Amino acid sequence: MSEKYSLNIVHLYPDLLNLYGDKGNIECMRKRLLWRGIDVNVIECTNQSPEIDFENADIIFVGGGSDREQEIVCNKLLKKKAELCAYAEDNGVIVAVCGGYQLLGKYYKTEKTEIEGLGILDIYTDSIPNAPRLIGNIVLESEITAQKIVGFENHGGRTVIGSHKPLGKVIYGKGNNGESGYEGVVYKNVIGTYLHGPIFPKNPQLCDYVLTNALKRRYKAFEGLTTLDDELENTANDYIVDRFTK
Amino acid sequence: MRRILAVWAAKLATLAGRLIGKKSSSSPGVIALKICPSLIKQLAGNIEKGIIVTCGTNGKTTTNNLLYTALTKSGYKVVCNNLGANMLGGIATTLAQSCNIFGKFKADYACLEVDEASTVKVFEHLTPDYMIITNLFRDQLDRYGEIDITVNLLNKAIKKAPNVKLILNGDDPLTSQFGNTYYAKYFGIDEKVLPQIDETKEGRYCTMCGHEMSYNYFHYSQLGDYYCTNCGNKRPELDYFAKDVDLKNSLKFSINNTDLIDVNYRGFYNIYNILAVYSALDMMGIKKSGFSQMLDDYKPQIGRMEEFDLGKPVILNLAKNPAGFNQAIQTVLQDERKKDIIVAINDKANDGHDVSWLWDVDFERLKDANMNSLTTTGIRLYDISLRFKYSDVKVDSINPDMRSAILNTLNTDAEVCYVLVNYTALFSTQTIMLELSEKRKKEINEEENK
Repeated sequence: MSEKYSLNIVHLYPDLLNLYGDKGNIECMRKRLLWRGIDVNVIECTNQSPEIDFENADIIFVGGGSDREQEIVCNKLLKKKAELCAYAEDNGVIVAVCGGYQLLGKYYKTEKTEIEGLGILDIYTDSIPNAPRLIGNIVLESEITAQKIVGFENHGGRTVIGSHKPLGKVIYGKGNNGESGYEGVVYKNVIGTYLHGPIFPKNPQLCDYVLTNALKRRYKAFEGLTTLDDELENTANDYIVDRFTK
Repeated sequence: MRRILAVWAAKLATLAGRLIGKKSSSSPGVIALKICPSLIKQLAGNIEKGIIVTCGTNGKTTTNNLLYTALTKSGYKVVCNNLGANMLGGIATTLAQSCNIFGKFKADYACLEVDEASTVKVFEHLTPDYMIITNLFRDQLDRYGEIDITVNLLNKAIKKAPNVKLILNGDDPLTSQFGNTYYAKYFGIDEKVLPQIDETKEGRYCTMCGHEMSYNYFHYSQLGDYYCTNCGNKRPELDYFAKDVDLKNSLKFSINNTDLIDVNYRGFYNIYNILAVYSALDMMGIKKSGFSQMLDDYKPQIGRMEEFDLGKPVILNLAKNPAGFNQAIQTVLQDERKKDIIVAINDKANDGHDVSWLWDVDFERLKDANMNSLTTTGIRLYDISLRFKYSDVKVDSINPDMRSAILNTLNTDAEVCYVLVNYTALFSTQTIMLELSEKRKKEINEEENK
């Protein structure tokens, strides 16, 4: 009899960072676990309940918000900086989208202020005065998944990831800063990306990659996820790839 | 002279557009403004009694057109951009169209719907006497940006018209905040009506201090009777309030405990549209006798719960952002009949290229809609199908062809079909429905003549 698996997903500040359908990412992870008979708890860490139980967290998710809301979140999270860094170093899974991605770095300069980041990664985000926002559909080729990664980006900030590994190479779209040709960042089990849409539903392989990392970390004997019927997910992914790259 | 040329150019461009079958309502004005940059300013000077501008994410077209109808029925001469062209070009077109060939015109009132993002530009050309703001919701982030940006733009615009009398949705903390600095009257719904569900709220933080807002009750999104426990900010006292709301068969409610409204409209949100018009008329000192009759006579513009008889009722509704869609779902849920539902999602420029908002709509609630079948269509049919898959709502058919999707529902056991579409799917879908309903009328006639 195999062990009954269970994961805890911590959703950081869904009340503040909820700009681009991020709850779809949570719902996607949750359903893809439940469909496989794996239990899942989603713990919302909100403005009212700022405690994070790092000990029991398996996946930490942080989404995007307006600059104002991002600043509030950052001030709260800076108090947990040491724990978050330790969690990431210990192969803890973090998925950070848009504003959440920018928070992972050293700083995020908006047109008005400079927001201090969590410094989990050696990256930073600048804003270039009067430069256009980078908005549109985007397609990546990634080492993580056989399937291309598709999504939608919408960011003013230009992120520089230095010597870190990107999430993928931009086949269509703008990416981290519109110039490097790459998008996102991967460090240990931390993924930062500008892709929303939300990202997971149309990229089931990426979602499963994240879930696998979390399960392997929690259960040493974990052997891998069972396959799901992803016909619809794959069709939705193919549609975007075909429309923008062929 | 320039003005006459500009007016002619606009009229010609509209005519040319019509000849090639285009309902161009914005570009003639753009051309006219190139010829005579002060065109709007000059023409606006001929509006004698008042200019009323209507803004807000949802409901501005309905509100503006209702107000136009009410003023016209009261015997006034009114200009109105009722085709919905609501940026600077569209407003120039509207005014130019109303001129005679000598470039002259006179009107009592102008009812102008203005896109929030265009208000700053428009207010450089004309100064409104009244401004209605219906509500502010998250809408097409790739076009408008975050809601904070829209609030800033409106602030900038109102600054250009500091004597404007604001007519604000008091139930919306994002909207009512403009009354802190400028003269304003507020309308709202003064009782709990709908089930209190937990949907994505946009303005959940106090606009004064940033603390999370509390609610005695809420209507939908962030609209409701709100208060801040931190700084004391709260819903302003309502100058025009709806009570005794009954949504069962028609739309019934009272305004200020005196006027009873009973209209055959669908949709809770229409209470706000009617309240806004009522408030505006009252503030302008216009008699409201015949108000109910006017509402009955008003023909809603296309795709606002528009009903077609295709052998069974088929109801077309436009919903283009989470707040609009959640309201459409709420309306569908209020209809207890067994129903087929078709949802069409496009991602053209006017829809917003970004469809991530679909995940902020509470599609889960359709589980309780007494659904016979669910069909997805539109350019992003796979995205919307996935959204349903992850809400545990079964999609029965993924069909890229709207016509066949509608035809398929006509032979089912369901008593009614709802077709929910976003913006660019609206006109093509309405065309199909008009064709089908014409065809049906013909068939019935032929049958009777046999």
